[in-house]
Amino acid sequence: MSVWTLYEVFVRSKHGLNHKHVGSVHAADAAMAIENARELYTRRSEGVSLWVVPSALITASSPDDKDPLFAPADDKVYRHASFYELPDEVGHM
Amino acid sequence: MHKHDLIPYLLLLGDSALVQGQRLCEWCGRAPALEEELALMNVGLDLVGQARNWLEYAAELLADGRDADALAFRRDERAYRNLLLVEQPNGDFAVTMTKQFLYDAWHLAMLQGLVGSADERIAGIAGKALKEVTYHLRRSSEWVQRLGGGTEESRQRMLAAIPALWRFTVELTAGSDNEAQLAQAGIAADPASVGAAWRQQVCEVFSAVDLPLPKAASHFYLDGRKGLHTEHLGLLLAEMQCLPRAYPDATW
Repeated sequence: MSVWTLYEVFVRSKHGLNHKHVGSVHAADAAMAIENARELYTRRSEGVSLWVVPSALITASSPDDKDPLFAPADDKVYRHASFYELPDEVGHM
Repeated sequence: MHKHDLIPYLLLLGDSALVQGQRLCEWCGRAPALEEELALMNVGLDLVGQARNWLEYAAELLADGRDADALAFRRDERAYRNLLLVEQPNGDFAVTMTKQFLYDAWHLAMLQGLVGSADERIAGIAGKALKEVTYHLRRSSEWVQRLGGGTEESRQRMLAAIPALWRFTVELTAGSDNEAQLAQAGIAADPASVGAAWRQQVCEVFSAVDLPLPKAASHFYLDGRKGLHTEHLGLLLAEMQCLPRAYPDATW
């Protein structure tokens, strides 16, 4: 068990367009990871497609880099398309 | 062909699924990993659900006032018609998975033969079970190969598990006269075809990881189809049945 690999699990739901991260499973190999993910995350019709990725292969941003990476976006409101007035005929976008 | 002739066949299917499901549920709280435990319980519960369908049909044909629960929980071992293979103790994980695989390969071949049954009720139950069992076989095949081709220890355990269980496979490759007649009437799966499909499946999975395929098992004095079981079934039933027998009308 201690030598099993941790896999991250992504599920695409019936009407979803993209796979979403739902959690992780331990498994001895990728085939077993798919099956374990099926047992844990799709037994109640949650999905129609599964991806598993060894967790170690994911490169994540560091929490320490939060400010340099993300904070500058906060004061650039003009990047959001919230200043345009929509004609009524367009309806909801 | 009288409907009554179907009963032993329905009990073979239902009792085998029930006993195999009960054995799997013995792993509850003891599996090697949380993920594996969930998988084992899911397969076990699939099988208990299938057993319910077969036993409900059997109870209707028996028409003696017993329902599926009465058949499951108030029948003694001599009245059980399950395969000897599935009543064998779980042993280590190699034994559990070999047992599961040998059973799944038979189960799938049976259900593939039954989806086209002339009896619509049987065809319906089989059709529903077929999807579940296709997955069961995929899972157990992978485990057999993972263990057989894994570490030195896992391979040794597979090499011990296969001969320990092999003599019980004689029941997977031959049916009773009753089954052959039902098959001729288009109701049951043809036992010869099931046996051939089973052997081919086992051969494929074993040979992929170079596990030796023993020669065909031969008949011995026990026969699950006649209610002649190994000593293990009685203990399994004692545990499974003690509550409904001690408190016959208990509800929760």
